[in-house]
Amino acid sequence: MAIIRAEALSKTYRVADKQPGLAGTLRHFVQRRHRDVAAVKGVSFTIEAGEMVGFLGPNGAGKTTTLKMLSGLIHPSGGMAEVAGHLPQRRQADFLRQITLVMGQKQQLIWDLPPLDSLRVNAAVYGLDDATARRRIAELADMLELGEELTRPVRKLSLGQRMKAELLAALLHQPAVLFLDEPTLGLDINAQARVRAFLADYNRRHGATVLLTSHYLADITALCPRVLLIHEGGLFHDGSLRELSSRLAPCRLVRLELEEPRPAADFVRYGEVEACDGRDVRLLVERERLTEVVARLLATLEVRDLEVSDPPIEELIGRLFRQGAVT
Amino acid sequence: MAGLLRYWRTLKRFWGSALASQMEYQLNLLIEVLAMAGNLAGSLLLLWLIYGRGQQLGGWSLDAALVVLGIYTLLDGVSSTLLRPNLGAIVTQVQQGTLDFVLLKPIDSQFWLSTRTLSPWGLPEIVTGLALAIWAALRAGARPGAATILGGALMLLSSVVILYSLWFVLATTSIWFVKTWNVTEVLRAALSAGRYPISAYPAGLRTLFTVVLPVAFLTTVPAEAILGRASGMWLLLSVAVATASLLFSRWFWRLALRDYTSASS
Repeated sequence: MAIIRAEALSKTYRVADKQPGLAGTLRHFVQRRHRDVAAVKGVSFTIEAGEMVGFLGPNGAGKTTTLKMLSGLIHPSGGMAEVAGHLPQRRQADFLRQITLVMGQKQQLIWDLPPLDSLRVNAAVYGLDDATARRRIAELADMLELGEELTRPVRKLSLGQRMKAELLAALLHQPAVLFLDEPTLGLDINAQARVRAFLADYNRRHGATVLLTSHYLADITALCPRVLLIHEGGLFHDGSLRELSSRLAPCRLVRLELEEPRPAADFVRYGEVEACDGRDVRLLVERERLTEVVARLLATLEVRDLEVSDPPIEELIGRLFRQGAVT
Repeated sequence: MAGLLRYWRTLKRFWGSALASQMEYQLNLLIEVLAMAGNLAGSLLLLWLIYGRGQQLGGWSLDAALVVLGIYTLLDGVSSTLLRPNLGAIVTQVQQGTLDFVLLKPIDSQFWLSTRTLSPWGLPEIVTGLALAIWAALRAGARPGAATILGGALMLLSSVVILYSLWFVLATTSIWFVKTWNVTEVLRAALSAGRYPISAYPAGLRTLFTVVLPVAFLTTVPAEAILGRASGMWLLLSVAVATASLLFSRWFWRLALRDYTSASS
């Protein structure tokens, strides 16, 4: 059963068109000009209960806007979203109890107080009795490896500890749907890995649906079998990372280590020569021709070592974002 | 019923955690008490100067005018305890985007924003103001009967509700004017007119303070009630104004939220 459904979801912002400087300000004051900016343009997808889906896209592609529409913080300008059987923008209590939103750059914990105080407030707001709240805090704290940090003022916690406490606060009511916007932002590698492991564990234990945006592709590769790539407000890809990489580059990377040096010209007929440094050769070969090419290489050359791999996905996506236009 | 219980439990947690965090700043108590003493001394000196020369403020005796000052002090205490810490924080919540967290909680957002925290340092001001008002009312010859006490309490409640609603509406505008809106100062300036009986002001201001800014309902009307000389019409009007402003504040908040949720990024 689909727990998240987006149909032709769109959001257009109206922004003030103001020239810089005093003259521009005055002109703007007298005659306001506005410009419509389409942040999300007709995005459609469905997500099944229990799925972990990565949400990729460059800055300003519309990821956060989409998450905010799905969590009910902003109204769509067009199309429709349905989450857990509700229209998000109505923000009905029954809907709010089933979702959570974690934003890596904003925090809900009270700065001057230990996380435990904020957790107790959340427990009361969600109507949890003391025993349930204690049990859930204990379970989540254990999964997140949080201990005495919960009784230390938030301002004295490290960024990683604070993020873990934020996750605890966001999950206390056991939501079925998690919207995570850059939950590992600014964390060091170790802390990122722990947050990642926690999310995977949480998803396994509670069957929660997770929609996750991240700048760190490692988060996505580790957690999300399925990826939505949003580009210039539209959905560019919906499928596995592997499919995405073959779409972005329908080639595989063949690395050769030869017994004898060979000129680059010898390899042009097999594919795109990325590098040819005497004995070491890197070739981009079309997927359909891969077995044939490898067989011919092995038959005609003295090969010491041969390795076939996917081109690194970071590079492919980075290239896509830099190019801007997509075919 | 279960819903009300949840709000009550939430409120206890709100204030419990607020007190816990405030206790780290004990020095605030001293500062607040000193500020109150300074303010009160200034107002008393002024009244003493006026009445010492045999003049009167708008037909009010010194003791009656002191009741008004007492109620003003009490309201200022309520502002320091509840209104300023909560409503003043709305602007910050809008600026930092943490309002989003409030909107995603299954609880009334106006309730959350209005009661989330508490600063106990305004309590001495509330007690002092109340004591001054009662003491001055007795000296002015008020006879404390059930009707007077009930009427006075009702009027005080109304004036707190009016002040809250006014403040909340002004704070709500920060949703549109995120940056440069220092609502608190505007309101404090207007409220300080409530130190003295409304009839002490020229006719133009009197109308302004009754019709546009309900300053009259904040201090003068409750003082009349405590002194036992308010007409039933004024009591009724005061309750009506309080109810209307509370309802207006709720409507206005929803209006602002509609804009926030359709425009924010």
